[in-house]
Amino acid sequence: MSDGMQPLMPKAAASAKPPLLEVRHLKKYFPIYKGVLRKMVNQVRAVDDVSLFVREGETLGLVGESGCGKTTVSRCILRAIDPTSGEIQFREADGKVTDLAPLDRSELRRFRPQMQMIFQDPFGSLNPRMTIFEIVSEPLYVNGMRSKSEREDHVAELLRLVGLRTEYMARYPHAFSGGQRQRIGIARALALNPRLVVADEPVSALDVSVQAQVLNLMLDLQQKLNLTYLFVAHDLSVVKHISDRVCVMYVGKLVEMAATEELFQSPRHPYTAALMMAVPRPDPSSRDIIQDLPGEVASPANPPSGCYFHPRCQYATEVCRTQTPELREITPDHFVSCHRAEELQLAGIKVNQEQQL
Amino acid sequence: MVTQVHPLIKPTNDLANEPLLKVEDLKAYFFMDEGIVRAVDGVSFDVMPGKVVGIVGESGCGKSVTMKAILQILESGAKIVNGKVTLRSRVHHGDPNSAEELIELTHLHPNSRQMRRIRGAEIALIPQEPMAAFSPVHTVGNQIMETILLHQDVSKKEARQIAVDVFRAVGISMPEQRIDSYSWQLSGGLRQRAIIAMALSCNPRLLIADEPTTAIDVTTQAQILKLLRKLQEERQTSIIFITHDLGVIAQMADEVVVMYLGMVMEKGSAMKIFKDAQHPYTQALLRSIPSVQSHSRVKLPTIAGSIAHPFNRPKGCPFHPRCTHFMRGVCDAAQPHLVEVDEDHFVNCFLYSEADGAKLMDKIETAPPVEKSL
Ligand SMILES: Nc1ncnc2c1ncn2[C@@H]1O[C@H](COP(=O)(O)OP(=O)(O)OP(=O)(O)O)[C@@H](O)[C@H]1O
Ligand SMILES: Nc1ncnc2c1ncn2[C@@H]1O[C@H](COP(=O)(O)OP(=O)(O)OP(=O)(O)O)[C@@H](O)[C@H]1O
Ligand code: SF4
Ligand code: SF4
Ligand SMILES: [Mg+2]
Ligand SMILES: [Mg+2]
Repeated sequence: MSDGMQPLMPKAAASAKPPLLEVRHLKKYFPIYKGVLRKMVNQVRAVDDVSLFVREGETLGLVGESGCGKTTVSRCILRAIDPTSGEIQFREADGKVTDLAPLDRSELRRFRPQMQMIFQDPFGSLNPRMTIFEIVSEPLYVNGMRSKSEREDHVAELLRLVGLRTEYMARYPHAFSGGQRQRIGIARALALNPRLVVADEPVSALDVSVQAQVLNLMLDLQQKLNLTYLFVAHDLSVVKHISDRVCVMYVGKLVEMAATEELFQSPRHPYTAALMMAVPRPDPSSRDIIQDLPGEVASPANPPSGCYFHPRCQYATEVCRTQTPELREITPDHFVSCHRAEELQLAGIKVNQEQQL
Repeated sequence: MVTQVHPLIKPTNDLANEPLLKVEDLKAYFFMDEGIVRAVDGVSFDVMPGKVVGIVGESGCGKSVTMKAILQILESGAKIVNGKVTLRSRVHHGDPNSAEELIELTHLHPNSRQMRRIRGAEIALIPQEPMAAFSPVHTVGNQIMETILLHQDVSKKEARQIAVDVFRAVGISMPEQRIDSYSWQLSGGLRQRAIIAMALSCNPRLLIADEPTTAIDVTTQAQILKLLRKLQEERQTSIIFITHDLGVIAQMADEVVVMYLGMVMEKGSAMKIFKDAQHPYTQALLRSIPSVQSHSRVKLPTIAGSIAHPFNRPKGCPFHPRCTHFMRGVCDAAQPHLVEVDEDHFVNCFLYSEADGAKLMDKIETAPPVEKSL
């Protein structure tokens, strides 16, 4: 791999806002130990050279199949875990850019309030023994807001913001539905006025009718509060719905990143195209579109040589088996890591102009 | 509900136009200390031979309990309190040329020999919890062979061969070796194929697939869906396909049953349900799902509120607290019934006349989704 560490920002994007977050060549390897002596026998390359950026005020969607490393990327960015290598450049409100990757706990403290997380499981992520007031106000207290009445005012405002009644403050999580608990989780995440919100599968555990409510709420809040989202999910329709730009991961690698409509309509990576063909369309009149990708997802502990996708790729050639493709910008703001990105003609998903129903 | 009534036996040609499975006004309740959960509260639908019936509905609407009631494998505490389930069963299970008889499953004792033979040989279940399908201490092959030996008069060696053959049929490579693995040694996609292989091992005519692809990735899901389609076409197996994924239903189902809080809200052909839904819940549900074919960052029309707690079921129409067409004094006073609004298209809503299915209200024309660009 040519380790240039060069920035990834698009060449011709003068109009675009500066990145709030820019991740460069991020790696996270988990060791696999064996035996009583805990000898390291192998490593899981959970995140294997990922570069991406998120512009201020936008939503970057991160999709990929189970185990491809989405959660590990998020946890590295939030510095819940230490990356193995790479940079995590974060721009503060005053424009100062800092690499979070090498910072230690005390150095990170200043950045914590600016980056918050919304979790997948609205049932497991709230402490059942704490009231809604305690849950939402905890980060305020931890960050020095000692006056209870001040915290109460703030929590009331947050609950109104996410569409919950302020009377609910004294209740415990078990009294709420999944959608309401997710709103509580969002209120807590917003308590400290974060600039970056990382949402890891925030609607996957919700009923379909409630999913739409939470997605709309996230869109609303983004507009009101000028939030920047990194939105992680495996459901392509949900990611398409919420994102300005989308990136796709496969076995620890980022294979493609582009504006949402562009990525869905003109994918340039064979895996992205295969992923899109596999999504069942909610339309019984077009039924022959179930296309399958042969084979199984590779193991991140034992990835194939060259392009990790080559054993399943119908376009693979000799170079794909030996050389790892780099992520490169093939048209403005469209990044692909495939040796054959320019020459391949891949089908995407057209927007259905006909109104549903 | 144990009776000794001998099942009515009819010759094959008489049954040619009968559904393979007929479920009529089925009710199954959980009797708990805190109260009664009316998990299934009057469900009716037919499964025609060789067809796929899709059952959709959000979590807790009673999809799994309906299937467990059909198979009489309800947990203790749950009871079938009403209804009739009739199966067009082969007299000689597993024999495609066998004469047939109509059996009222609701008249059989859950542990009776006949019911046990029907489970597996006539109706096979792909359970919702994939880990529950196999025991971790026996190889998957041994478990499949055990099922085969229970239902078919074959030797151990023959049973192993059948198991290898179904493994191959569901697209598992190296079936002779894979059959000797434990379920936890298989990847998610392979495990799901093994579960399907076990369900198919006795040549059932009805396969109940309870969320068979929910826990697996979209590319693997496409493989499994394709496999189920192929099996259905080649073997003429009927399938009841349960999922909350409307995309999967649209791709798989011939007929669709939409459930809400234990009741059927609407049923009809997949085309009718997706292109001409009549029930306010179905319409709202279809509008609220994001699609890969729709524009991004457009606000979705939502359904207000959330699904009622099962102990707190609303009176009258179960959907009324969330319905934009709610009529005070009507919808909250009594329960509507399924009425036929069009050929084989049924809707359970007071907006349609019980006498002839005509629309009583014109306002049901659907407001277009709010396309508010952000
Ligand atoms: N703490 C850990 N130790 C060892 N391996 C890990 C650890 N955390 C994650 N992994 C492995 O790293 C890979 C990526 O996992 P990760 O949870 O990031 O995937 P994901 O894309 O979020 O998947 P999902 O969609 O299932 O949530 C997987 O192979 C996983 O088993
Ligand atoms: N063992 C049980 N004891 C008590 N109530 C139960 C039990 N199993 C199911 N129920 C209740 O019965 C109702 C229907 O449950 P069921 O499992 O059929 O839902 P479902 O439609 O299959 O949902 P999902 O999509 O989540 O699988 C729910 O309200 C559920 O809480
Ligand atoms: S680099 Fe080669 S193997 Fe990899 S996706 Fe592109 S064409 Fe396929
Ligand atoms: S019966 Fe009334 S409340 Fe129920 S769906 Fe019809 S209009 Fe809505
Ligand atoms: Mg994850
Ligand atoms: Mg279920």
